[in-house]
Amino acid sequence: MLARVFVTLKPSVFDPQGQTIADALHTLGYAGVGEVRQGKYFELELDTAEAAQAKVLASEVADKLLANPVIETYRIEVD
Amino acid sequence: MSTKFAIVVFPGSNCDEDAYYAAKHVLGQRAEYVWHKDTSLDGADVVILPGGFAHGDYLRTGAMARFSPIMQAVRAFAAEGGPVLGVCNGFQVLLEAGMLPGAMLRNRDLKFHCEHVHVRVEQTDTPFTLACRQGQILRLPIAHGEGNYFSEPDVLAALEANRQVIFRYTDATGNVSDASNPNGASAGIAGLCSESRNVVGLMPHPERACESIVGSADGLVIFESVVEGVRAGTLSRSTSTGSALQAVG
Repeated sequence: MLARVFVTLKPSVFDPQGQTIADALHTLGYAGVGEVRQGKYFELELDTAEAAQAKVLASEVADKLLANPVIETYRIEVD
Repeated sequence: MSTKFAIVVFPGSNCDEDAYYAAKHVLGQRAEYVWHKDTSLDGADVVILPGGFAHGDYLRTGAMARFSPIMQAVRAFAAEGGPVLGVCNGFQVLLEAGMLPGAMLRNRDLKFHCEHVHVRVEQTDTPFTLACRQGQILRLPIAHGEGNYFSEPDVLAALEANRQVIFRYTDATGNVSDASNPNGASAGIAGLCSESRNVVGLMPHPERACESIVGSADGLVIFESVVEGVRAGTLSRSTSTGSALQAVG
């Protein structure tokens, strides 16, 4: 089973990379693009066919390693 | 009896030799490298987590290093009140390991800063600042891309209330200003200590500033502090008694 983990900075955390990307897009003429937030994306191959189990496992590794709870949050999709 | 420094070497550490040189050759103390896969600190009096890019800084700075086997011994050493200093990447490792509060973000200008800065010594009741004067200005080099210290406002307030901010970026005369903050760190924080005060992390590199021939010898006082503390017996671990610097856990 594949789990997808999306790690993003908490809303309260300033994201200088996202800001720079937004500035670049504005320079390129994309006036319709507002704020940009950069994050990280992980694909985990999990040795289980149970979606619930996959989600538990993915949450565990996200808590333990993939995300730093001081500055980041995460969202998980499994299929 | 000289002070014994344990300098932890992670794959990717690159300031380990500078720390060793400062301890052994500038200060004339004993120093040993400890590989990250080791599990014992071998009777050290002081532990240094040096700068560099431990485990390539993959994922986040310091994120992998906290799982290195030696970190269990470092935690136990710190819990007993042993003095632990994290420099630059070592500070990032202490944050990721939860041994100090907060996290590092990319520098606000996204640039790697390699320059000399000024920091003000905010507190002298830690093992690494006890020979400093309160308010002393140190000129130290920095070299980092992720030194933008972040904590939520409630954590920052607690850090100030507990006097855990040990070094703050200032100008040469000791004034805190936005211009003197090289990376955007919250409240100009350059270094912190734990609640128990024996674990200290800072972004500047005191080990690169121990001889005037390299541009500054202002970092020496940080190492002299801990040597003086060990010699005086004020940094005894929790097996002995009665010290303001003794850790509480």
